[in-house]
Amino acid sequence: MDDFIAARSQMALSLGFHIIFSCIGMVMPFFMAVSHYLFLKTNEVMYRNITKAWSKGVAIFFATGAVSGTVLSFELGLLWPKFMEHAGPIFGMPFSLEGTAFFIEAIALGFYLYGWDRFNKWFHWFTGVIVGISGLASGILVVAANAWMNNPAGFDFIDGKYLNIDPIKAMFNDAWFSQALHMSIAAFAATGFAVAGVHAFMILKKQNVAFHTKSFRIAAIFGAVAAVLQPLSGDISAKFIAKSQPAKLAAMEAHFHTQKAAPLIIGGIPDIKNEKVDGALRIPGMLSFMVNGDFDSEVKGLDQIPKEDQPPVAVTHYAFQLMVGLGMLMMGIALAFFIALWRKKSWLSQKWLLWLFTLATPLGFIAVEAGWIVTEVGRQPWIIQGIMRTKDAVTPMPGIQYSFYLFSAVYVSLSLIVIFMLYRQIKMVPKIYDIPNNPKM
Amino acid sequence: MLYVVILFLWIAILLYLVLGGADFGAGILELFTSDKNKDKTRKTMYRAIGPIWEANHMWLIITIVILFVGFPQIYTTMSIYLHIPLLLMLMGIIARGTAFTFRHYDAVKDEMQIVYNKIFVYSSFITPFFLGIIAGSAVTRRIDPNANNFLDAYIFSWLNVFSLAVGLFTVAICGFLAAVFIIGQTPDMTERKRFIRKAKTFNIAAVLAGGLVFIASLYEKIPLLNWVFDNPVGITAFSLATLSVIYLWRIWSTDKTNLMRALAGFQVTMILLITTWKHYPNIILLKGGGYLSLIEERGNDKTIAALGWALLLGSLFILPSLFYLIYSFQKTKEEALRNH
Ligand code: HDD
Ligand code: HEM
Ligand code: HEM
Repeated sequence: MDDFIAARSQMALSLGFHIIFSCIGMVMPFFMAVSHYLFLKTNEVMYRNITKAWSKGVAIFFATGAVSGTVLSFELGLLWPKFMEHAGPIFGMPFSLEGTAFFIEAIALGFYLYGWDRFNKWFHWFTGVIVGISGLASGILVVAANAWMNNPAGFDFIDGKYLNIDPIKAMFNDAWFSQALHMSIAAFAATGFAVAGVHAFMILKKQNVAFHTKSFRIAAIFGAVAAVLQPLSGDISAKFIAKSQPAKLAAMEAHFHTQKAAPLIIGGIPDIKNEKVDGALRIPGMLSFMVNGDFDSEVKGLDQIPKEDQPPVAVTHYAFQLMVGLGMLMMGIALAFFIALWRKKSWLSQKWLLWLFTLATPLGFIAVEAGWIVTEVGRQPWIIQGIMRTKDAVTPMPGIQYSFYLFSAVYVSLSLIVIFMLYRQIKMVPKIYDIPNNPKM
Repeated sequence: MLYVVILFLWIAILLYLVLGGADFGAGILELFTSDKNKDKTRKTMYRAIGPIWEANHMWLIITIVILFVGFPQIYTTMSIYLHIPLLLMLMGIIARGTAFTFRHYDAVKDEMQIVYNKIFVYSSFITPFFLGIIAGSAVTRRIDPNANNFLDAYIFSWLNVFSLAVGLFTVAICGFLAAVFIIGQTPDMTERKRFIRKAKTFNIAAVLAGGLVFIASLYEKIPLLNWVFDNPVGITAFSLATLSVIYLWRIWSTDKTNLMRALAGFQVTMILLITTWKHYPNIILLKGGGYLSLIEERGNDKTIAALGWALLLGSLFILPSLFYLIYSFQKTKEEALRNH
């Protein structure tokens, strides 16, 4: 394996791993805060048990998210030193603020996890809310760094030098809003569906139905609201990309030729050599409409981009289709859930709805991974769009493939252990959490 | 603002060494505890470090962020030439962090605990060992930006007697910090005696490892003796550290556990002061007499100013809440001890 490919794969693996844990770390605290609130209001022990069960999950995910994030902050230098040398001082602002947010999150989590029956109950509840808010804030901040790579701002690039650096302008780059909005909603959608799916499955298995029904409802409401909002926010992102990174948009849509009234291509297999897409469904003028709000407008195709500046089309296109497809599916399930909630209460306990949620457990996270592949692969060959190429940023140290193998082995085993532990956590629900006032908790 | 940033960098390293060090030391203590006492040590330690555990490794992240935002040249040079020890340290961090959490939150307590414990204990050793190697390598003048073969560039930059000695010294310090820290965590006198014995052993080990560092510095022709003894700050810090060790040995059998902690922390502060003072602001010494200086390699002024403000603002939020966290758990623990 060539060092450059190895470095890219290792980065992708580490980020792809981290993002799952960070999404859960951002969102689960809100679920906890809601069930905790319901407990404080209603005094129903079941809600306290749900809160405690979830908080153990959060602790597991937080630790894994924190170590994988720590690793990332080193990996940026270990793998991309030439990039960091220039980018560090420019896009560092969000990272330094993110540090504060993490710190607050870690402190609040300390209060929350160890604070049961030690503090005023509302103060204790409030520390849980802080965990969620600071986690979300750190996610929003770190996305500013990625948005800067897509949409560099806050410096002048003159003769290969980075001059007049302004880290505040760099942080408030134009891509930040659409990316941070989309990412935050994605975290809620993905985590909501994942948690709801697990509880739905337990209801189907008729285990501790009362416990799981309450948990299911909290998670499903969060996930469903987010899933309905997500396509709207995706549309904002796509419109923005069309202006700021036309090459990425063209690759996403497998749109080879610049044309007026461009069709939206759904499915199909991109044929890169002949610059066409086989076997796809085409909606005439739809792409033009989605991008510019006008069915007849022109959309830039890959033919306007020099060959050496084109991103890999097939991967970007497939990933984008996957994300959008899953987004639509999740929205559909969400709508069914709302109908059940407001009009047809009986659906809520029916098997088909619970099965739908069970099967949807991983969908949000698959969409998150796919979305990031669109963003990152779609930016290639640039590490900083239009400024620095990825291959010029890679470390000079040879033998990166061994480090990649090592990381793969570590991350695979960690994932297996986390899955194993969650399985045991759920299996133990009847023994620990279903008994009112269990002293063992 | 530059000096604010440099001060934060120094403090972040110090706090990582002291708080994170006590935390690593917990695992090291476990490694050197007989099987029949392991469980008790583990429980006491968990009560002590559990609540602040997550916050500890934040000091490392802050260090890294300050480096790559404020001093990118220093960050990238270390990342390139110390890639391998950094990688091994990261492996230690991953293994340790996850094993620590897993063993406490696994819903079923069975043989998996043995696996988690093993991983926790060995990675507690490995992480500070490589941390020490990295710190030692920064000043051994073995990092060679002109190296033209793999071994010189990526292996001998850190694999030398001095760096290894610093690694061992760091491990011993961590064990010492943890042992001193844990003494006041238990009201049980026999337990306490056991921890005092451990603290003494690790203190001796740290002094011996320190001696080893000096010998290694002679062997590697590193002017460590000059750094300590040819300037008033070095001499004062060294004397104060020595005096505080002597004083510490006189109060072992008293119940001034907080004073013991303060003394141990003080000693580590003095060590860091001695080793950084003389060649400040040059934090990396390169082969052939070159160096990377915090002053010369600083990023542009706007970035440094923004970073400084972010750090000041951040500490306004963080420090009070961190102190309150430590204070409240200290207080509830004291109440528990009183009712014991
Ligand atoms: C639950 C997850 C999820 C779902 C259902 C969707 N997305 Fe998404 N999408 C993401 C999760 C995501 C993401 C992983 O969070 C990304 C990666 C970078 C980012 O900011 O968000 C992303 C990126 C991303 C981008 C690229 C942004 C960039 O490169 O800056 C576009 C254009 C869209 N999305 C559009 C959509 C559309 C039109 C959807 C319609 C249904 C959609 N997404 C559903
Ligand atoms: C703030 C967040 C992020 C930052 C700063 C960031 C930064 C980087 C950097 C520096 C690279 C290597 C250079 C390159 O290939 O262009 C990279 C590549 C990559 N990242 Fe991201 N990334 C972020 C988020 C993510 C997330 C969450 C994922 C999730 C899957 C991801 C997926 C990838 C992939 C797949 C690549 C490899 C692309 C390729 O080489 O073809 N990124 N990212
Ligand atoms: C879009 C991408 C990312 C998002 C949304 C994100 C979000 C988060 C969140 C919410 C956490 C808290 C952990 C938890 O609660 O489980 C976290 C941890 C962390 N992340 Fe990321 N992150 C992303 C990418 C990155 C990148 C690219 C880096 C570094 C270069 C990074 C560095 C860290 C660090 C150091 C931590 C540990 C902080 C702690 O100890 O709490 N993250 N991330």
